[in-house]
Amino acid sequence: MKRILLSTVCAVVLGLSAASLQPTQAQDKGSVEVLHWWTSGGEAAAVSVLKQDMESKGVAWLDMPVAGGAGEAAMTALRARVTSGNPPTAAQLLGMSLRAWAEEGFLGDLSEVAEPEGWDTVIPEPLQAFAKYDGHYVAAPVNIHRPNWLWSNAKIFQENGLTPPKTWDEFNQVAEALQAKGIQPLAHGGQNWQDTTVFDDVVLGIGGPEFYQKAIIEADPEALGSDTMVKVFDQMRKIRGFVDPNFSGRDWNLATAMVLNGEAAMQLMGDWAKGEIIAAGKTPGVDILCTPAPGTEGSFLFNTDFFAMFDVGEERRPAQLIMASAAMSPSFQETFNLAKGSIPARTDVPGDKFDECGKQSMADIKAAQEKGTLMGSLAHGHAQPPAVQGAMFDVVTNHFNSDQSSEEAAKALVEAVAAAQ
Amino acid sequence: MAATERMAGRRRLANALPLFVLSPSLLMVTIGVYGFMLFSVILSFTSSKMFPRFVFTGFDQYERLFTNPRWGVAVQNIFIFGGLYIVFTTILGLGLAILIDQRIRAEGAFRTIFLYPMALSFIVTGVIWQWILNPGLGLERLVQSWGWESFSFKWLVDPQMAIYTVVIAGVWQVAGFVMALFLAGLRGINTEILSAARMDGAPTHKIYTRIIIPALRPVFLTAFVVEAHLAIKSYDLVVALTKGGPGFATELPSTFMYTTTFTRNEMGLGAASATVMLMTLAAIIIPYLYSELRHERRG
Repeated sequence: MKRILLSTVCAVVLGLSAASLQPTQAQDKGSVEVLHWWTSGGEAAAVSVLKQDMESKGVAWLDMPVAGGAGEAAMTALRARVTSGNPPTAAQLLGMSLRAWAEEGFLGDLSEVAEPEGWDTVIPEPLQAFAKYDGHYVAAPVNIHRPNWLWSNAKIFQENGLTPPKTWDEFNQVAEALQAKGIQPLAHGGQNWQDTTVFDDVVLGIGGPEFYQKAIIEADPEALGSDTMVKVFDQMRKIRGFVDPNFSGRDWNLATAMVLNGEAAMQLMGDWAKGEIIAAGKTPGVDILCTPAPGTEGSFLFNTDFFAMFDVGEERRPAQLIMASAAMSPSFQETFNLAKGSIPARTDVPGDKFDECGKQSMADIKAAQEKGTLMGSLAHGHAQPPAVQGAMFDVVTNHFNSDQSSEEAAKALVEAVAAAQ
Repeated sequence: MAATERMAGRRRLANALPLFVLSPSLLMVTIGVYGFMLFSVILSFTSSKMFPRFVFTGFDQYERLFTNPRWGVAVQNIFIFGGLYIVFTTILGLGLAILIDQRIRAEGAFRTIFLYPMALSFIVTGVIWQWILNPGLGLERLVQSWGWESFSFKWLVDPQMAIYTVVIAGVWQVAGFVMALFLAGLRGINTEILSAARMDGAPTHKIYTRIIIPALRPVFLTAFVVEAHLAIKSYDLVVALTKGGPGFATELPSTFMYTTTFTRNEMGLGAASATVMLMTLAAIIIPYLYSELRHERRG
């Protein structure tokens, strides 16, 4: 008796689950598995936009978020997946690591959608250099972040009759004026990538775009050891004096909070800081002013997230192509970037829904594109492969946290880069 | 005749059975531990970057390793950290064990209190001490708010001193465990010898220095090996406490190995650093195992 009951229950359950599966199977176009590290509130919301879009097209979305360490944990997970011969459909990658994966030959070919949709005409060329490998697209760029921003507390500046500095000399004057009044000039977190974000700004601001191109993008030993680089390190030493003594190891968002709360006047940080500003109920461009980092007006450093598409075989390819196309659609790029604080990777998306800082970013990138001053950021993995980038991080952060002289730091930079290449 | 044969068969089976039962784990350990150790050593002689590549370059990676300033700091730190960590945990552990051994009241409660830090993970210890030592949040601010305005304790954010904060947190975590080791040793000492010494009129401090501490020799050895390998393996403590900073002032060989291999795509260099760590550990552990095993055979 018991057994009959049991088998009936089983049959009913099986029947039910089969029935519930049927409708989805009818329109099933496969599934995509996406590895990413967008796990914080705003970012997760941005990703779910794409997820819903895919599901409306009948493609199931298998989310594989790996939190922690600005993608470090995700990269380790990705390597394990790929070496075991089971790559995800797509993975969030930054420029230089995207190139490394492409060189290893693990990425697929997106020409089938990229050519008819004319990606070449809408994606800025410096981004194409990363998204394409061997002449064809291997990844879809979804956003453009600008790391070379200066965020200033409008109230502090107004009360003290100051304006956000446009050159590094002005920056030093403003910072000294604030310090004289007992106001902390700069909020900063002592982590190697934050030190290098500032370093990028100083190299670009003091040396100009050609010098940045030579020293940072081409890692030319002559430029790295030049007098200009010594001046850059001199300025880094000055900046060290404008930071509070308790900055070591501080996370970037806590530094942003200091500017928001009026505990510090300025922060040099990328436009992801907008997320914190909005979350605190302030308006970017009004309460917290956004200006290009001192001396970097007219240039645009970028930091782009790509969906790298792995070589997954014929069976999973159609769904992958649908995803690539959806990720590049203007409507997705608009909603995604409104949620994320960045600007669209395609230049033909209208900017009227974006805030002041976003609009300025979109105007500045067009100008920079024409002048050829749209360049990858070292601190955010768009200038040098990880080994060289890491070597530069070491020198910059070591100089910033010690009393090493600028000449020694420039010399160390040349040596470290040569050893890592 | 048939009976003895059956007996012999059964005995043979009985002899083979343990080996048979052990073989899966033996196989796993051979491949999963020793096999991969060998693999890492082989990788350290290649130019591997993001993935293993068997292009052999001899001792190149070792040369690069020993000219790398970050590795230099890491090695210097492991000597400072390891040395102080071992000395302080041993002294504190022994001291606590001797105090607890005085037949005090509520001994169980004290033992638990001192052992409790061991139940926390190093990550938790690291975070707690990060808050305590942070000049703007913890100890310094507390003492200043009590009125001692000039009090300053900035080791955590001082590149010269930051490594000592790792020692403080590490010692706090493990001292209780070492105490338990010594306590077990103290309880194992033959009380008759102690009584005899007292009868002969030996003063208490002499009993400790001449009888008890020499009798604890094997415990010292065990404590040393446990502490030494914990010191060399230390990773999570640094990650949670200082993230290797300020700059790379608190980098340890283990954190160096992880970042080079997994975030800087320098697998060959990372493998070389791992091999150097393995050799160092082997130099400590093998003589210990050797002396222990020889002891056993004699006994």
